[in-house]
Amino acid sequence: MSTQAGGYYLPEPSKWPLIGSIGLFLTLFGFATALPGKSEGTVGNLYIMYAGLIVLAYMLFGWFGQVIGESESGKYNDQVDVSFRMGMLWFIFSEVMFFAAFFGALFYVRQLSVPWLSGEGNNGMTNELLWKGYENVWPTNGPGAVGGKYESMPAAGIPLYNTIILLTSGVTVTLAHWALKKENRSQLILWLFATVALGGLFVALQAYEYSHAYSAMNLKLSTGIYGSTFYMLTGFHGLHVTIGAIMLTVMLLRSIKGHFTPKHHFAFEAAAWYWHFVDVVWLGLFIFVYWL
Amino acid sequence: MSDHKPTGIKRWLFTTNHKDIGTLYLWFAFTMFLVGGAMAMIIRAELMQPGMQVVDPLFFNSMTTMHGLIMVFGAVMPAMVGFANWMVPMMIGAPDMALPRMNNWSFWILPFAGTMLVSTLFMEGGGPAFGWTFYAPLSTTFAPKSTDFFIFAVHMLGFSSIMGAINIIATILNMRAPGMTLMKMPLFVWTWLITAFLLIAVMPVLAGAVTMMLTDRNFGTSFFSAAGGGDPVLFQHVFWFFGHPEVYIMILPAFGIVSQIIPTFARKQLFGYASMVYATAAIAFLSFIVWAHHMFTVGMPVAAELYFTYATVMIAVPTAVKVFNWTATMWKGAMTFETPMLWAVAFVFLFTIGGFTGLMLGVAPADFQYHDTYFVVAHFHYVLVTGAVFAIIAGVYYWLPKWTGNMYDEKLGKLHFWLSTISVNVLFFPQHFLGLAGMPRRIPDYAIQFAEFNFMSSLGGFAFGLSQLLFLFIVIKCIKGGEKATDKVWDNPEGLEWTVPSPAPYHTFETAPQIK
Repeated sequence: MSTQAGGYYLPEPSKWPLIGSIGLFLTLFGFATALPGKSEGTVGNLYIMYAGLIVLAYMLFGWFGQVIGESESGKYNDQVDVSFRMGMLWFIFSEVMFFAAFFGALFYVRQLSVPWLSGEGNNGMTNELLWKGYENVWPTNGPGAVGGKYESMPAAGIPLYNTIILLTSGVTVTLAHWALKKENRSQLILWLFATVALGGLFVALQAYEYSHAYSAMNLKLSTGIYGSTFYMLTGFHGLHVTIGAIMLTVMLLRSIKGHFTPKHHFAFEAAAWYWHFVDVVWLGLFIFVYWL
Repeated sequence: MSDHKPTGIKRWLFTTNHKDIGTLYLWFAFTMFLVGGAMAMIIRAELMQPGMQVVDPLFFNSMTTMHGLIMVFGAVMPAMVGFANWMVPMMIGAPDMALPRMNNWSFWILPFAGTMLVSTLFMEGGGPAFGWTFYAPLSTTFAPKSTDFFIFAVHMLGFSSIMGAINIIATILNMRAPGMTLMKMPLFVWTWLITAFLLIAVMPVLAGAVTMMLTDRNFGTSFFSAAGGGDPVLFQHVFWFFGHPEVYIMILPAFGIVSQIIPTFARKQLFGYASMVYATAAIAFLSFIVWAHHMFTVGMPVAAELYFTYATVMIAVPTAVKVFNWTATMWKGAMTFETPMLWAVAFVFLFTIGGFTGLMLGVAPADFQYHDTYFVVAHFHYVLVTGAVFAIIAGVYYWLPKWTGNMYDEKLGKLHFWLSTISVNVLFFPQHFLGLAGMPRRIPDYAIQFAEFNFMSSLGGFAFGLSQLLFLFIVIKCIKGGEKATDKVWDNPEGLEWTVPSPAPYHTFETAPQIK
């Protein structure tokens, strides 16, 4: 039984949320068992996590498949559309706050904790007694030189190319949107494909940058606070680019299948918003992690 | 449309109905309330006398840690979301929540997250024992393996809260009946709208904090390690940027519940509706810029101590507006004291005590004396137990007839109230004195001069704990039967929820009501 209440589509009971909960639990529980920990070592392997990921993938296909089916059969009126829009916007806001935590950590160490370790403010004795001779410079792997000698990542080169790539992809996804609104299916598919390709190129270059940093620059996740902030910020961003590219790939496949109308294409817009969001985060990264 | 609903266990597992999900939330919260309460009983048993008698110190620390985590994330927050699920659609004339399937997911993550959290107690090395605030490096360098499971439990609780909050915002902004303008919404809806915003803003920050913990523990990052250029104090900043709004997440919906109850039993309109809305928004705004008052003794620059003191005491202004408005609502009202009203009046009185001690703690030089003593424990239990929990209980008595169609047992309800209110003060009031005399929090043993007040406090604790079993009995008795409730239940209460039958049908407001 699915109920239409004053035109607002109320879905019938669904098994997908429970399956999602089970998948989420298995994934995280399995991951925790396989983590090295501080001293105890792992107590398990990654198989439970893989099982959880399979369950999650099954849930995502099933749940989104059902929603796409309902959407294409015209069950969603404008009010439902607004609910989805609000849901996506607030979800993106939550993602912004997630990144804000890591940017906040970066600003805190650069502006406060590293200067304090070097004796600024009333911390002269901290420096004198604990970390004698440590100076306030950025990048740093701290007074303990955690991780040993390393090279820092310059902003020129791959990061600059990646900035251009991501900004260009923001343009191409907008061109795709215009094409969709003008009912130009082939242009829509072309520009969407270009966006996904640029996203893939971005991730590939990022992967190359990481491998180069690890092998040739001794810049690792464990390279003090610089390595920590560098990899966690760019890494979570890379993960979000990957998620955004997967979303856009689904939109591409749906465009090829003939989904979406000029008036009714919330999923496409949601993916595009998400793409612009990772774009903006990247600009922050480029400026504060690579450049300044 | 029919009142058809699936039966058996599948109804609860797969439900997309806001009332079913609200019920699930409330029962989950009550279960966790008893689990966390049992831990509190262990704590009070150990502290009843000086010396070590019941548990070993590590387990004691696990108990204080898990008691806090379970009560915050397992009991109070889910109970408030349960109220939101049940009441918000009915109060704004909506057929259901905006995103019913996601609503189910928000709930069903919770039992899994709760299981993961509680399972840490049975792991090698014991459960988390670093306090509910899980400060680094206690939670990074010196914590057992179970901490990684704790971290993921927090992640899951965060997913649940964020999805729940998104759903509530979308419902309130998009599903209101025609004519239900924002400034006509019941205050409970307003407080939840603002709470949901706070949740979406700060739960991801908590996720960031525990993620940094995870990588510091497992992947060699240096966020909270000075040797690598990080700072353990950074953890406290990130945590309390989440933690301070979090305490308003727990209390704002309580304000909302009380603001529904007092006008009904004072038989007057809520005094200063608009100022209540603005005060709620002001408290929410201030909650983002006061976090470091939890860290006055950590060694911040003097300028920061000054700023956070001034910003913190500003919160007293909008909070005082609220307390004034509740009092003014009762002023010259035709008051009666049914059980919900008793709890609500006690809330106003006892929450205000917690608010005053909060002011004392908010002043940096005074806080140097109180920090990490039982005074802090007394303070936040006054705002959370006699504040948030009392409001939850008040709300349950207020809406239980609407939910079940039966009146609860008024005599037993009043007995529950008096037992709880007396015992909770015996439990927590002496803790003020203990703290001022210098007894530190989070310790299993103490100096001999603290013995009398601890003994009193423990007796109050056991009495308060047992009283809540009476609450369970009253609720079950009401579900099973009792005097039939009328649609209005009370003497002319305001709000759309009283225009539908008691018990509220499975689906309400399939056709939106017109609000004049």
